[in-house]
Amino acid sequence: MDVRSSEPELRALMIAGLDGDATAHRALLEKLSGQLRAYFKRQLNRIGRGPVEAEDLVQEALIAIHTRRHTYDRSQLFTPWVYAIARYKFLDYLRRTKVSAADVPIDEAQELAVHDDSAHVESSLDLKRLLAELSPRARQTIQYVKLDGLSVSEAAARSGMSESAVKVSVHRGLKALARLIREEKRS
Amino acid sequence: MKTDELIDMLSTNVEPVKQGRLRKTLVWALVVGGAAAFCVMLATVGLRTGLTDGFLPGYLTLKLLFTLSLIGVGAALLERLMRPGQDGRKLFAFVLLPFIIVVCAGVASLVFGQPMAWGRMIFGMQWATCLLCIPLFAVVPFAALIWALRKGAPTDLTRAGAIAGLVAGALSATAYAFHCPDDSVPFIAIWYGTLVALCGVLGAMVGPRLLRW
Repeated sequence: MDVRSSEPELRALMIAGLDGDATAHRALLEKLSGQLRAYFKRQLNRIGRGPVEAEDLVQEALIAIHTRRHTYDRSQLFTPWVYAIARYKFLDYLRRTKVSAADVPIDEAQELAVHDDSAHVESSLDLKRLLAELSPRARQTIQYVKLDGLSVSEAAARSGMSESAVKVSVHRGLKALARLIREEKRS
Repeated sequence: MKTDELIDMLSTNVEPVKQGRLRKTLVWALVVGGAAAFCVMLATVGLRTGLTDGFLPGYLTLKLLFTLSLIGVGAALLERLMRPGQDGRKLFAFVLLPFIIVVCAGVASLVFGQPMAWGRMIFGMQWATCLLCIPLFAVVPFAALIWALRKGAPTDLTRAGAIAGLVAGALSATAYAFHCPDDSVPFIAIWYGTLVALCGVLGAMVGPRLLRW
């Protein structure tokens, strides 16, 4: 994938997703997952770790990109934003797993967009088990809105909560999920 | 878990994101933190006598110029540091500027002043109160700024912690200025300057621990 052609495309998808376009958001996450996979595999390869860890990191980065998407400033380029998240998650992984960052040369920004990898490896994470660790309210709203695909108003009616409470609960639940995944991988 | 399942989950019912939400969070933290520092000042040491007349005396203006310029640059930096991919490198030098100016002014006023008066200019009447109050008043603003940063996604945690500490220190020094009876420029340079910088150093030390995500 060429950097110059992907930046405007990814940025357009991101902005559409920020405005609530689910199709664009899905397309964005799919494209990014390929780039992130190539990036993490290459980085992990240098410290002798395999594709399962890479997939864990891809998923962690995707959740971060989703739950922190309000930190993207629409007036700025999109690629540096995504790359900074990927790099942060990789350095955080190194710190948690006690590999010295000095041992690993960190790639430059453009490398993220140059490679793409769509190999289908499963991560070590078990979504059902992780969901079970959330608060009952967060688990239920994520089940309704994110897994069963109910609209927010349907989920609100079914759970007896207000619509804004459902939205807040889903957002907090996803952030809690990200935290659980991070803790899961502390070794 | 397959990544496709995760993408399915994340892209079901995507809520629109309001623009400017993050900036609003930061402004809130600055306002609440600043107000809290001011209230703690009122509750502990109280306003300087003669300040209730309702005009802004020259000596207060000088202190406020130093602290408010730091808050301004620091807030602009925090707004960038809480977003991935924006390090605000160009702004970083401007943080040093208020320090450099106040130190130069302090040295100049010592050089042109009477050496006999140096002790009084440097230590003033209440250097020890200043030493205690600025770090103490900075606690609530620092907590508020860390809360705001955690709503964002800072990727350089040491730097974000340092600037949060610096801005908290400057908010605290702003509140303390309304009590402070010492008006010499060397006093401001040494005590205000050092203590605000110290808050920045402490922020840099605890930042990585508090801001991880």
